[in-house]
Amino acid sequence: MGLFILKRVGIMLLTALCLTFLVFFLTNLYPNLEKLAKTQGNFRMSDEQVESYLEKNGYLQATPIKYGEWLGILPSYRHTNEDGTVQGRCILPGKTAEESPKFCGILQGYWGYSTVFKEEVSTVVGTRLGLTGRLMFWVMLLMVPSALILGILAGMREGSATDRTLSTFAITTTATPEYVSGVIFIAIFTSSAVGLKWFKGTATQAMENPTFENFFLPVLTIALYGMGYIARMTRASMTEVMTAQYIRTARLKGVSFPNIVMKHALRNALIAPFTVIMLQFPWLLNGVVIVETLFNYKGFGWALVQAAGNNDIQLLLAISVVSVFVVLVTQLISDIGYVYLNPRIRIS
Amino acid sequence: MEPLSWTGSIAFLNPILAIALGLMVLSIIVWMLASIVLPEDQMIVNADGTLTSSSSIRILIQTALRYSFLASVGVLVAYVVLGIAMGTSAGIIGAISQQFLPVWLSLIILYAMSIAFKRKLGLYGKLFDSPIGMIGFGLVMFWVFTGIFGALDLIVTHDPLTQVSGMKNKVPGTPLPNLEDGQYAWYLLGGDNLARDVFSRMVKGAWIVVQIAPLATMFAFMVGITLGLPAGYYGGRLDTLLSFLANLILAFPVILLFYLLVTPEIVATGVPNYMAAILFVFPIIFLGVLLNSRYYTRPNFRTPLLIGVLGVAIWLYLSLISTGGYIINTDSYRIWGLPTYLDLFDIPGGILVVFVSVVFVNSPTVFRIVRGLALDIKTRDYVAAAQTRGEGPWYIMLWEILPNARGPLIVDFCLRIGYTTILLGTLGFFGLGLPPESPDWGSTINEGRKLLSIYLHPALPPALALLSLVLGLNLLADGLREESLKD
Repeated sequence: MGLFILKRVGIMLLTALCLTFLVFFLTNLYPNLEKLAKTQGNFRMSDEQVESYLEKNGYLQATPIKYGEWLGILPSYRHTNEDGTVQGRCILPGKTAEESPKFCGILQGYWGYSTVFKEEVSTVVGTRLGLTGRLMFWVMLLMVPSALILGILAGMREGSATDRTLSTFAITTTATPEYVSGVIFIAIFTSSAVGLKWFKGTATQAMENPTFENFFLPVLTIALYGMGYIARMTRASMTEVMTAQYIRTARLKGVSFPNIVMKHALRNALIAPFTVIMLQFPWLLNGVVIVETLFNYKGFGWALVQAAGNNDIQLLLAISVVSVFVVLVTQLISDIGYVYLNPRIRIS
Repeated sequence: MEPLSWTGSIAFLNPILAIALGLMVLSIIVWMLASIVLPEDQMIVNADGTLTSSSSIRILIQTALRYSFLASVGVLVAYVVLGIAMGTSAGIIGAISQQFLPVWLSLIILYAMSIAFKRKLGLYGKLFDSPIGMIGFGLVMFWVFTGIFGALDLIVTHDPLTQVSGMKNKVPGTPLPNLEDGQYAWYLLGGDNLARDVFSRMVKGAWIVVQIAPLATMFAFMVGITLGLPAGYYGGRLDTLLSFLANLILAFPVILLFYLLVTPEIVATGVPNYMAAILFVFPIIFLGVLLNSRYYTRPNFRTPLLIGVLGVAIWLYLSLISTGGYIINTDSYRIWGLPTYLDLFDIPGGILVVFVSVVFVNSPTVFRIVRGLALDIKTRDYVAAAQTRGEGPWYIMLWEILPNARGPLIVDFCLRIGYTTILLGTLGFFGLGLPPESPDWGSTINEGRKLLSIYLHPALPPALALLSLVLGLNLLADGLREESLKD
């Protein structure tokens, strides 16, 4: 088991390295750098001005060198201005070149400076992740139990009325992407045209003061899309368990139906949904980006859109590191959990 | 011109529909509760050998459900039929049903033909045994026909890009202020915030989806199959490497990837063209290997066949990737492609990058599915038999394993077209790739959502259209799965 986890962690690191290099490469293509220079300076910059801006900030070095600097394994670039002052990535405002360290990359714990938010990347990512964490917490709290209940009720008696109705509902939710269900919810529950006005159409206030009124719709929108998938998986695994031999034995012994479901079937039926729930995290990340844009909730997904739209290289890299980390860690947890929950795999 | 109301002179159907729908909902709820509360069906064998079902309440509920469902469907059909007959005097619904007339006709012909010959049509024919599959297929074909006829300018009432002054954000059914000759007199589903016709934009949007989604899914399948079969069949280092690469792409959040790939800056660097040049080779390899592995024992037949098929495929490939005589045409350097007089079609950079990134995002998942299936099937006896016969590995992969994996692959193909539709919508929603005035559903939803609290009509039609298409594809996949499991 230890070796397995070690190997997985190794692959994780390799994946993270490859992906960040890919992001680095794409964001450092010249047209992207030009856009960055123009958003930072002004949009009427001439080609020479763009060139000198990029030169001054060290963007014109070879990509592997810049990547090494970002990682913190190469000394970072410094540029001596005409008036003799030295500027560079590691030299924060108010410090001199001598006081600053030579290496400053993520290995040293420095994530860079966001050009969009004019703040250190680590603080941006920290606060935004906190906000998204709150959103995700409520999404999980709503999505997982309701999906499991839906799936179990549907899978309990395959082909019954409950099964058909709930399965249709589950298929409908998986067919409704967040930007469709969100728009429909906003139209029905918040607009003055329909007149229900039960909820708020934006979740901007929910960042400081989340209430049921301003926070429920974004949570529901994300939860609904993921719910159908988990419910269908739970249903599939439940129907499989309900046809197993030992359930038949229990029925023939005269155990009551609720007892069979609760005591005999559930435990085995919940193994598969566990891994599915874990693997849903990367999907939820997509939903988070859409919903945060739709409801103007300034969390992690919103920051991603801002960073990508303005080619904020450092922030974008940090965001991709975080999201890749989330994806890989959930994969690892789902693998370990699967082995742990299913003794048959542990032995073989 | 009078503004149109929703139902016009067929408004007498509204209370009937309300009653029918209400009864249906009620009977569904009762049906569900009854299936939990009531004991299960007990068949009693009578003395004369006949069977009696004990729970007559169940049968009663099911009958109620069936009739209320049929009544609702009947009323809905009545709306459409009366609408076709009466046109605009039956309100917006009537006018829309009349505009969709070619679609209704094609659907009726398709269904009549398919049901008549369903025993001769294999899996496709079996689809018409499952109600779910039929509903799904109907929804999908509705949008496919809408897309095709919309592209032929049969359904649309106005040009999707023209702005008519005075029609900004007008509600559905508003007549045009200064009517010119030959112009349709109303905006059936209202005007958007740039005073364009919402209805026509929705119909034109269907064409974009119908064009891109199935084709992109097919390319993703070609890539996934060409790489997944050897990975599963050979295993070992090749499998490790390819799986690592697939997981690498899968670990990327899709939206981040789109934001990195689908920008005008990236298009300017020519990265999408390189990716297109690589990704679109796979169908050629696939075709070549497929035919060669089957017919290599008959060189006299194989050589002309390969020359013909690959010639056409390579020509299409070169026309696909070269634009204006160049494969890659950036400021710094260019690569020569097919000369313009041989170039069959040009794809604008914006569409190409959307296409490429959708294929790129989808193919690792297909790869994983195919690899899993190949791993499973290669242990079967018929594969061992083929190996003993001395068949080559590619013959076994493409002519033994692949046909036996077709069931799950067809089901996944339907689901994946739906997913691709969602991805295209996501791209439009974030304003990536497609031009801003493009009528595709995602962009229209994005534009409409800004004024959603006051004007609902610009955003809702494309949203519901996308929902129904994806739902149709999911139901179709479900029906296919059910039917393919039956044999």
